[in-house]
Amino acid sequence: MTGTRDIPLPTADACAPVPVSARSEVAGTGASGGRTAPLLHVDNLTKHFPLKGGLLNRTQALVQAVDGVSFNVLTGETLGIVGESGCGKSTTARLMMHLIRPDGGTIAFDGRKVGAIEHGLSHRDLHRQMQMVFQDSYSSLNPRLPVVMSIAFGPFVHGLGRSAALKRAMELLQAVGLDPLLFANRYPHELSGGQRQRVNIARALALSPRIVILDEAVSALDKSVEAQVLNLLVDLKAQLDLTYVFISHDLNVVRYISDRVMVMYLGKVVEIGPVDRLYRDPRHPYTRALLSAMPSMNPRRRTVEAPLSGDPPNPIRPPSGCRFRTRCPFAEQVCEAVAPLLLAPPGDALRAVACHMSVPKSGHSRAVAAVSA
Amino acid sequence: MADAAVLSSDPALALKRAQQGQSYWRRVWQRLRDDKMTLAVIGVLALLLLMVIFAPWFTVHDPYVGSVLRRLKPIGTPGHWLGTDEVGRDLWSRMVYGGRLSLLAGVVPVFLALLIGGFLGILAGYVGGVLNSAIMRLTDVLYAFPSILLAIAITGILGAGLQNTILALTISFIPPIIRISESITTQVRHLDFVEAARASGAAPLTIMRYHILNNVLGPILVYATSLISICIILAAGLSFLGLGVTPPSAEWGLMLNNLRQALWVSPFVAALPGVMIFITSMCFNLMSDGLRQAMDVRL
Amino acid sequence: MWAYTFRRLLYAVPVLLGVSMLVFALIHLAPGDVVDILVPPEVPKEIADDLRRRFRLDEPIYVQYFAWLGRLLVGDLGISFFTNRPVGEELFGALGNTLILALPAAVLGFLLGILLGALAAYNHDSWLDKLFSATAIVGVSLPHYWVGIVLVAIFAVVFNVLPAQGMGLGGIPTSWEQLKHLILPVVTLSLIPMGVISRLVRANVLEILSQEFVGALHAKGLLSRRVLYHTLKNAAPSALALMGLQFGYLLGGSILVETVFNWPGSGGLMNLAIFRRDIPVLSGTIVVLAAIFVAINILVDVLQALIDPRMRR
Repeated sequence: MTGTRDIPLPTADACAPVPVSARSEVAGTGASGGRTAPLLHVDNLTKHFPLKGGLLNRTQALVQAVDGVSFNVLTGETLGIVGESGCGKSTTARLMMHLIRPDGGTIAFDGRKVGAIEHGLSHRDLHRQMQMVFQDSYSSLNPRLPVVMSIAFGPFVHGLGRSAALKRAMELLQAVGLDPLLFANRYPHELSGGQRQRVNIARALALSPRIVILDEAVSALDKSVEAQVLNLLVDLKAQLDLTYVFISHDLNVVRYISDRVMVMYLGKVVEIGPVDRLYRDPRHPYTRALLSAMPSMNPRRRTVEAPLSGDPPNPIRPPSGCRFRTRCPFAEQVCEAVAPLLLAPPGDALRAVACHMSVPKSGHSRAVAAVSA
Repeated sequence: MADAAVLSSDPALALKRAQQGQSYWRRVWQRLRDDKMTLAVIGVLALLLLMVIFAPWFTVHDPYVGSVLRRLKPIGTPGHWLGTDEVGRDLWSRMVYGGRLSLLAGVVPVFLALLIGGFLGILAGYVGGVLNSAIMRLTDVLYAFPSILLAIAITGILGAGLQNTILALTISFIPPIIRISESITTQVRHLDFVEAARASGAAPLTIMRYHILNNVLGPILVYATSLISICIILAAGLSFLGLGVTPPSAEWGLMLNNLRQALWVSPFVAALPGVMIFITSMCFNLMSDGLRQAMDVRL
Repeated sequence: MWAYTFRRLLYAVPVLLGVSMLVFALIHLAPGDVVDILVPPEVPKEIADDLRRRFRLDEPIYVQYFAWLGRLLVGDLGISFFTNRPVGEELFGALGNTLILALPAAVLGFLLGILLGALAAYNHDSWLDKLFSATAIVGVSLPHYWVGIVLVAIFAVVFNVLPAQGMGLGGIPTSWEQLKHLILPVVTLSLIPMGVISRLVRANVLEILSQEFVGALHAKGLLSRRVLYHTLKNAAPSALALMGLQFGYLLGGSILVETVFNWPGSGGLMNLAIFRRDIPVLSGTIVVLAAIFVAINILVDVLQALIDPRMRR
């Protein structure tokens, strides 16, 4: 596919990446051979939404939507993010794209901190590197513009001339499987959901980003269409050398498309790891519960009891210590007192779990033994 | 469904339509074309406008010249088919010429309010924050007056005349337009495609131009046209109170006031100017309704 | 709930201040000043200036504003240029007369409006509904002051059954003679609220009827009357809000009808004041009417919040 990297980049982003210090808390990063430095490094991202009310409409409480989230995205991988609704996945995505301003924490792309004065990456340049596909295919497109113009908008804004931007948009339509002659001048209401989502993908690719965040991008589609779009995404990733962050609540889809998976609960990361291992051997009780809640095709593995009890607690006043303890069958005193850190369990450097049971000598009765020698 | 809109018995036409795409405004235009009632109303208004502009061609008598001998002639008098007013002027001429001022005072304030109010409202809706609060609070002060009261306050204290009337009515109509512009703009601003546009790194003015305005101006325009009928009634009402256009100008509301004494003598003649106000206002109302229906395209 | 009320009240203060500033600004922009009106032009300049000093017209504008505002807050609306009586006195009586018109007009307009709107909604798509829509459009396009004139033409001039003008003996009507004076103006005034309310009620009832929970209620076997009760309960909040607003308009915007019928209400007072360039009466009336309108709005908001918990922000 020619032409995708043809946009003359207005600002040179060929800056030598500053090597990221290997923080042991965020394990499972940079360990696979060949791709060492992570493309995206998220450190301690926090966002609290204020709730107003009362006499003078002051802030009465804070919804802790995202609280100290740290992870890496490696070059060329697909990182899946899963969790229940309200766990902070979408907020995290918007924080990564800088559509919302974080209350704390930093993001570093290719070693350059976003917003930093020295050597930093401006927001405009960040947007050139990272783009997003939203869940609602219809509201993601301007109903008054033909789809080709929606796609061409990004390049046009970044300096490409009108006709060049349109030409590029037509090429992208072709790349996502829509015949440009037939679809270019159509309006969003004249397309089906799957076609619209393809347009959204084309729009996201228009600026030749290196990372594409897919926020529940296929969740609203019919299953057959969903499969087509997923395959398209896989093809595009190979062709264009992309890196994906795939947010979804559908565990099957995530398994299909991801290399690594990150599980979130109530604004915190509870587990990260390679997809197959995580699915086969989940370490965190929440992950285990999520996975066992998946209906299985195997008649010998039936769900007998609901794996999770109770309702998700209030994100305004989350439980002290480990946030999952109110629903965890293994909760103990230490879980209430100390919040577990996201650490690699002994003997498994590619994973990270935020659970006292995976940390030797944490004080939990079921804590694993340390790997000797 | 999507492709159904493209289907047609003629495959060549279908292909052409599929390639062209049907923009929102084209669909509005098509719906409008099929709406016979609204087209008729627009025709009536166009005719009215023509008559009013080219008044000398449609009237025989001078609207300012009266004759004491010919006061208050009833409808059907030869030479004055709608009768004469209390000073002997031909009523038909007065009504046609009066249309100029009445329409002017009815349409111009809404147009000006659209410009000013639309600008402020869209600005408030897009920028949000303190600017939004400031503009909306100012609007609330103006909203504290029932519309007539505000117009009367301004013309009553500052004096009568066409200029003050237009000023007063413009100010009266700015608050509702600000309110609706701000409301629509705020809604649009939070839609995903605007976020996506921001995510492309576009500057606010660019986003405004390509994504906000084309989604926002339509509904605001329709709302503004619905205000015209009210403005016509209010403008005539102001003249009726003696606060609008001053004699000896011809204007429907003013005529209504002048002819009040004549009510006892010639009740039908006295009521005639009101008929014009009613018809014009109704036409604008129907037109605005038709526009709104045409634009209410289920996407 | 109380927090909301408190916030709403608190919020009214800057609005009222703004209103007062607006009226004051208008007064100051008026061509000519007090002295020019009171005093013949041949008077030598020194006497005129001395008068100005006595009226404190030479002081900076914000001083004048605060002085005026201060007087306003204690209820001193000034003295009429024309009658030399305190504005408050005249206004109080006039407001009473307007209320005599506004209350029955409101009741009539609301009741008929609800009735017609509900009827139209229940008979959706029948000829009754189409008739209603046609009438609604006509109603909104009619200048109500013209309708008043037409009614006078028909009932007073042609048929001579009802009086064309005035209040008769004044005060709250106790006899049929006095009531006769009320009929035409009340009917004229009630037209606009009737039109507005009926349209809203029809739209609301239609929307509620089409919602699924009504089907659920029918399925539960509730009688139509109970369904009606539930429907009304859901339609009530916005209808009430609009009614409050319309009542405010009736009070503040009655001037046109009062002019047609020569009714000595607040509108008639304003009319006279305009004619006589009696600025204190005019500005005092405007401020009071605006304040009443703001108060009604607050009341309406609080009532709405009481009924519909979703409104409490």
